[in-house]
Amino acid sequence: MNPKILCAAAILVAFAPVASRAQNPSTILIQNATILTVTHGNIEHGSILIRDGKIAAVGADLKAPEGATVIDATGQFVMPGIIDCHSHIAVDGSVNEAGPAVSSMANIADVLNPDDIDIYRDLAGGVTAANILHGSANPIGGQTVVIKLRWGKPASELPFEGALPGIKFALGENPKHSNFPTPPGVTPRYPGTRLGVEEVIRQAFIEAREYKKQWDDYNRRKSTGEQNLIPPRRDVRLDPLVEVMDGKRYVHAHCYRADEILMLIRVANEFGFKVRTFQHVLEGYKIADEIAAAGAGGSTFSDWWAYKMEAFDAIPYNAALMTERGVIASVNSDDAQEARQLNQEAAKSMKFGGLSANDALKLITLNPAIQLGIDARAGSIDVGKDADLAIYNHDPLSVYAVVQKTLIDGQVYFDRQRDIAQRSTLASEKQSLLDKEKKSAEEKKAEEKKAEENSEKQPEKKPSQKKKPPQAGNGNGNTGIVTGVAGGAR
Amino acid sequence: MKLRSRCRLVPLVLLAVCAVTLIGWVCTARGEGGEPRYFAVKNARIVPVSGPVIENGTVVIAKGLIQAVGANVAIPPEAWVIDGKGLTVYPGLIDAGTNLGLAQDDDASKKRSAGAAASRPEDRPATTPWRVAADELKTDDKRIESWRNAGFTTALTVPDGGIFPGQAAVIDLAGERPGDYVVRPRASVPLSFKPVGGFFGFPDSLMGTIAYVRQVLDDTAWYAQAEPIYQANPTKTDRLPYDRTEFILSRALQNNELVLLPANSSIQIVRGVRLANEWKIRAVLYGGQQGYEVAAALAASKIPVLVNLKWPERAKDSDPEAEQTLRELRFRDRAPGTPTALAKAGVKFAFYSDGLAAPKDIFKSVKRATDAGLAPDAALRAMTLDAADILGLGDRLGSIAPGKIANLVVTDGDIFNEKTKVKHVFVDGRWFVVHEETPPEKPGEKKPADDDGAAAARSNHVEGVGR
Repeated sequence: MNPKILCAAAILVAFAPVASRAQNPSTILIQNATILTVTHGNIEHGSILIRDGKIAAVGADLKAPEGATVIDATGQFVMPGIIDCHSHIAVDGSVNEAGPAVSSMANIADVLNPDDIDIYRDLAGGVTAANILHGSANPIGGQTVVIKLRWGKPASELPFEGALPGIKFALGENPKHSNFPTPPGVTPRYPGTRLGVEEVIRQAFIEAREYKKQWDDYNRRKSTGEQNLIPPRRDVRLDPLVEVMDGKRYVHAHCYRADEILMLIRVANEFGFKVRTFQHVLEGYKIADEIAAAGAGGSTFSDWWAYKMEAFDAIPYNAALMTERGVIASVNSDDAQEARQLNQEAAKSMKFGGLSANDALKLITLNPAIQLGIDARAGSIDVGKDADLAIYNHDPLSVYAVVQKTLIDGQVYFDRQRDIAQRSTLASEKQSLLDKEKKSAEEKKAEEKKAEENSEKQPEKKPSQKKKPPQAGNGNGNTGIVTGVAGGAR
Repeated sequence: MKLRSRCRLVPLVLLAVCAVTLIGWVCTARGEGGEPRYFAVKNARIVPVSGPVIENGTVVIAKGLIQAVGANVAIPPEAWVIDGKGLTVYPGLIDAGTNLGLAQDDDASKKRSAGAAASRPEDRPATTPWRVAADELKTDDKRIESWRNAGFTTALTVPDGGIFPGQAAVIDLAGERPGDYVVRPRASVPLSFKPVGGFFGFPDSLMGTIAYVRQVLDDTAWYAQAEPIYQANPTKTDRLPYDRTEFILSRALQNNELVLLPANSSIQIVRGVRLANEWKIRAVLYGGQQGYEVAAALAASKIPVLVNLKWPERAKDSDPEAEQTLRELRFRDRAPGTPTALAKAGVKFAFYSDGLAAPKDIFKSVKRATDAGLAPDAALRAMTLDAADILGLGDRLGSIAPGKIANLVVTDGDIFNEKTKVKHVFVDGRWFVVHEETPPEKPGEKKPADDDGAAAARSNHVEGVGR
């Protein structure tokens, strides 16, 4: 589909208060579709029964229970909703807190923007969940959050329930400011080398370890009943790093080169934490065994390379090669526009690397779900999982595939037919608002002009009467209202 | 003037000796010097806001406070009596967010908002909570007078510049000296979430700014907890480091000062409610213009809102070809409906004028709100009693009731009618008569014969009593 048309549609549908919000029928049957379960093969002419937002049954011969809403998907394909493991949509303000080398105090969850039109646009590309990351300006960046693309819901209802929060790390050129020259007169920020990046990360974890010890000591002494203890200060920068060491927060590390990836694995071992995903990881194919042994996932681009020095060794076989060596691999967008065609990005690994269709689908469904720790609830079409689904008119791995409907928790959040139907209504609403604004601007202009003309005439008027202060007598100026002076009413 | 020149003549050596006598004399002089302390407005229509309208009644003012109000109220013999026939008496209006009396856009303010030198929270970027608006009042701010002439007697005046710009004051819009203006010197701690760092300083993002505020509030809570422990056990605990921000803020928050959180769009409002709950502060949201989208959530939070009367509009010199999103268009169209939505949902709100240059624009903005469905009664409440309640001064401001501060505005009609004129204003029982404005003459035009009157009309269309 022409992306321009889709963009226009998305802008228009964006804020339709009723229509864009999905209804909430508790029981839905999607029937007569080709179902790509990802975990247990494809089902031709199959049905999916959804109850209370969960997948209740999947099979070839399902009957619609009474009162169920039926979605006829004859000739269409249903796949698990796409999960984008690297996204920067739905953020209010900058995605980088770029000043300090360690900006772990900044938290994406504080600034989720449920009104970002890219949520809707990505829904139109079949995406149902996304890992919203801080930018890559710092060796240790801000805290991250996994969201469901529940368009129309407030920020508080976007986070994926139960998903562990994350934190962004970044290695290489971005954190050492290789591609952002420091303006003259400004002191360049440390670090300026890959060595420095490692040092900053190690130093931060040394501080976090000490901080954790302070709190452990305090809590121990307090529990023995010791009085008059002054607690340590809370440090919003170190708290998330302690959570990383406690296994309560995932590390998503932006990286390119093999050497720096190995470096971070060593640093993580030193401080007793695991890197959950290496992001971009363009040289991952060189050290896939080491990444697999470290228990980390690899979330990469399909075929972006050579856009900076550290991206020169990238190859489009990366995802397939990492998969072959046992790395849980995913393909991500890092871009609101590309997120709308992640199905095609995944398909590229069939050409480059020869992945099977099912393994290609895994790159954007089950694998990112595993990487984000949400695979118990998302990533495949299995009974008991959330009904987060994308319905395409063709096989999603085909370039002809266009999303027809996207469901999250069993609710339709994007419906192509509804979108098309609404376009003219929204266009005319927009036009009438524009006209109204234009009219009132003209009226205001006329009013101002009139006032100007009046003020030009006014000086001819006589000045107001002479005024005297009240204590000077009965007068109080030109109003003549005061009827008595002090004591006069007696 | 006489007084002042005499003071100058007193030789310095005698000054100390004379001081006590002199002060006593000044007080006596003020007491006896003709400034009336008792007033009565009779035969007027009275809108007390806190109770039903009195069609023909009297308000008695004694020594700065309202002594009595009602249909049959005895007028004390010493009172100046104003015949209020055809006039309406309202409580003085409250503007719940201004910078009246404060220097604007000065170098100091710019310096405060710059955080480029900071690289982490400990550097306390753009943080000056010790700056108290009440201590910086410039009573020669011409706007004070023009606001008062329009019926405003009280304002929250808020310092700006930076993330923690200082502490705001509630002021009455008249007095002999700056201190007389101040009703509550440390009324609230305003916050801004505007990043200050540029690309190389901290914080340079919204999320960084919020994280910074979180750290400062944590540090403040820590200091409030640690200080008494240290003071009680100085020989057994490490000496506490002194941090001006923690020291000042811990006192402000223990003093239960309001914290003003910026929240204009619906996202900001929802976020503001969440942060207020997380931070356990006595929060008031300011901005509030997209409140129509989240009125129910606001009502549930019980957090009051100061609604900015500078309604959003298309930028004056904006590119006419620029794409306007439907969302922006809807916001500009619907924002004036916010007060209606808030009133319907039961959210307590007040109005503030920040961004509007003149009082006439305030009334135009209020009219847009009433045109969008807000009951005039509710609009009046938002500018009187509800504003006073939100600011924690409902016991002394905002309505015409015995014991309240004598802030009144007397008009010749409905205060929201654009043809209505303000005739008298009382601030702390000080009487001001408002005269019709006469536009300045054109240069070169012949001066009117009556020099005295013309000069008065030009320079000041209000006269105080006994000045």
